[in-house]
Amino acid sequence: MDFDLILRVYPFFIEAAWVTVQLSVLTTLLGLACGTLGAMARLSRLRVFRMIGAVYVSVFRGTPALIQLFILYFGGPQFGLHLDAFTAGVIGLGVNIGAYMTETIRGAIIAIDKGQTEAARTVGLSRFQTMRYVILPQAARLMIRPLGVNINALIKGTALVAAISVVELTYTAQRFIGSTYKPFEMFMISGALYMIIIYATGRGITWLDRKARIV
Amino acid sequence: MNLDFSVIPAYLDVVLLGAVWTIAITVAAALLSFVGGIILAVIALYAPLVVRLPFRLFAWLFMGTPLLLQLFLIYFGLVQIGIDLPAFVAGVVGLGLHFAVYNSELIQTSILAVDRGQMEAARTLGLSRGQALRKVVVPQAVRDVIPPIGNNMIALLKDSALVSVIGVSELTLSAQLAIGRTYRPFEFYLLAAVVYYVINLGMEAVQRRIERRIAAAR
Repeated sequence: MDFDLILRVYPFFIEAAWVTVQLSVLTTLLGLACGTLGAMARLSRLRVFRMIGAVYVSVFRGTPALIQLFILYFGGPQFGLHLDAFTAGVIGLGVNIGAYMTETIRGAIIAIDKGQTEAARTVGLSRFQTMRYVILPQAARLMIRPLGVNINALIKGTALVAAISVVELTYTAQRFIGSTYKPFEMFMISGALYMIIIYATGRGITWLDRKARIV
Repeated sequence: MNLDFSVIPAYLDVVLLGAVWTIAITVAAALLSFVGGIILAVIALYAPLVVRLPFRLFAWLFMGTPLLLQLFLIYFGLVQIGIDLPAFVAGVVGLGLHFAVYNSELIQTSILAVDRGQMEAARTLGLSRGQALRKVVVPQAVRDVIPPIGNNMIALLKDSALVSVIGVSELTLSAQLAIGRTYRPFEFYLLAAVVYYVINLGMEAVQRRIERRIAAAR
């Protein structure tokens, strides 16, 4: 283990870790937006929306995220869509994880007892009000943990954008492996930083989950 | 809009050959991850602490870091200590070990869920602890855990696209090869996506059949 080397290169890794954090946060936000819309579509009364939701989930979960990213980043310009690598990364990964989050959110919503909807409708709430004031607040508690699993996968998934040259942790590790021929050292630094990000996020999720408990 | 799908037929064989390699790498890595998962699970539950600890560290490292980073480590790192693996082997080992860790978590839970009476009965009949594990407890645990492992294997198929980055000419890299010649990224990545989707549907069909057979056998 070459500790001098580690001390010399670690500032680059810290900077790269910050990019990974930014990617993770933005992707999570976009994923939650897509996931919420997707879940609403899948639970809609209208067949068209249900079908759109089902196709979204099936296609984006059924093909590799890397390919989706490549279609957007390299295929986009054929349609006049020129995105920089970071933006393409956020959009590609966000829409991808959104498909997984759709199922998580839908699962939490359908786990709420049917009697809740029936009771809310009986006391005169509209369908929208029922969802907004009765179902979602209860379902939100149930989704924190499984969404945490999605977010954990997403953080590791941000490594994919190294393939479109976004200078994040994995790209930086790869670049330094190439220039120093010290793969283990580079793996150690970047691995440790990933673990810190994932551990901190996990603690945050647990905290939220505990706070949201009723009892 | 600038689309031209007429370029596809000329490279269809290249892409389909890539698909064959994708299936080969997925099957090989799936087998490794399955057997590795069982071994890791048994070690995690029954091995003495000195053996268990390094494996715990290994599992912890593999679950906390991205697969792509692990592939770089295996492909470039083993060369550093004198092991020069071909890209295909490095890809299989990387994917296989990564998913072995995830499978092991599932199998551990499943082993613990097998009724204690099974082990006690086997021991009473004179089987050693190792025999009881191998012949009685683990087979039952594995049967129960096949459906969630199936989900992991479908995830493995999609993650196999990552080995294109270390130069295995599977589906993704084959599409890239065709793109390099034709400058038609959208068409060929879309084609690759369709092929992945079809393989994915095939795996889901197989998974459903296996699940039905397990349900019938129970």
